[in-house]
Amino acid sequence: MQRSNTDVWVGLFVLLGGAALLFLALQSANLLSLNFDKGYAVTAKFDNIGGLKPKAAVKSSGVVVGRVDGITFDDKTFQAKVTLSMDKRYTFPKDSSLKILTSGLLGEQYVGIEAGADTANLAAGDAISTTQSAVVLENLISQFLYSKAADGPSADKAKP
Amino acid sequence: MSWYKPSELGFAVRSQLADIGLGARLFLRLLASIGTAFKRPALVRDQIHFMGNFSLAIIAVSGVFVGFVLGLQGYYTLQRYGSSEALGLLVALSLVRELGPVITALLFAGRAGTSLTAEIGLMKAGEQLSAMEMMAVDPVQRILAPRFWGAVVAMPLLAAVFSAVGILGGWAVGVLMIGIDAGSFWSQMQGGVDVWQDVGNGVIKSVVFGFAVSFIALLQGFEAQPTPEGVAHATTRTVVMASLTVLGLDFVLTAMMFSI
Repeated sequence: MQRSNTDVWVGLFVLLGGAALLFLALQSANLLSLNFDKGYAVTAKFDNIGGLKPKAAVKSSGVVVGRVDGITFDDKTFQAKVTLSMDKRYTFPKDSSLKILTSGLLGEQYVGIEAGADTANLAAGDAISTTQSAVVLENLISQFLYSKAADGPSADKAKP
Repeated sequence: MSWYKPSELGFAVRSQLADIGLGARLFLRLLASIGTAFKRPALVRDQIHFMGNFSLAIIAVSGVFVGFVLGLQGYYTLQRYGSSEALGLLVALSLVRELGPVITALLFAGRAGTSLTAEIGLMKAGEQLSAMEMMAVDPVQRILAPRFWGAVVAMPLLAAVFSAVGILGGWAVGVLMIGIDAGSFWSQMQGGVDVWQDVGNGVIKSVVFGFAVSFIALLQGFEAQPTPEGVAHATTRTVVMASLTVLGLDFVLTAMMFSI
């Protein structure tokens, strides 16, 4: 087939478009940092997950060590069952505990993992039993009001 | 006009249906022409060169300015909430998900769509298309198909260039001019933009717009009255219909992607 000058320019145009797509994928969406090898899965049950969402980070000392893979409801124990996909590079003792935390006052919720003291490490399929639910603001306020109401009269008496 | 007469109404509906049928048949013939179009890649290549390379300047310049404006306006809004670091995310998501494909399609309709309509309309007015049919050359295969597939190839590439250049424009305003921290600009963007959810859906949108704009331009040219006024009206209709179709399709696509 005849080669022509147009081929060069069209080739450059296609290359430019490809480079733009690559730029979008790598620089703005950060394709490289996605972990393609799945980590090991760990499950945990929470009484209340608050606003936790799939793909939320699992952090230890502020470092991302895994992601929330899925959230389902267990109708036997009436608890939320959260599946975590932990990064293979990091291992945690079997008796580590989980907490649902919030970054900042109104920020996203994430799972904090605190290392325990067991010598055996968490393996794929393990369940973490020590969990602490998300703080629900309404519960906190009603607890505060109840405690206020409970010691209300005594506080009145204390006043001169 | 006696539009209330049943016969008039019936005639109007029938001719509308005939128009829709003609359009649908042309669209199917163009879709079916993918094999023959790429058997002669030189024809498609020339069209990509004409519609893609020559549109690059207007697309890149518009992209830079849209990025600049997004940077300034986004900063104005975000700094009220004390979250001006999220400017990178705002600029990238607006461009990749929405503005990149849509503005590129609108510009493409004005830059390349009109020339397609005028070219084919004039070929029809000069009876070149009839002459080709006399020589047993199918004008849909020889003239329309390379233009159609050239536009379908060029459109997503142009949209990607637009988005990338726009993000650089937003970066120039946000980081260089306003002085947002470059690290947080990029890291917020990388944390919030998903490859498939955001970039992928933007590419899907631009491919669909490529089909829509080039098909409307070709249909208007092919169905134009073979007179100077007819070609002029067809060119105007191309811009109006392509723009409205792009905006309408954009809403439908966004709603579908939202619900998935």
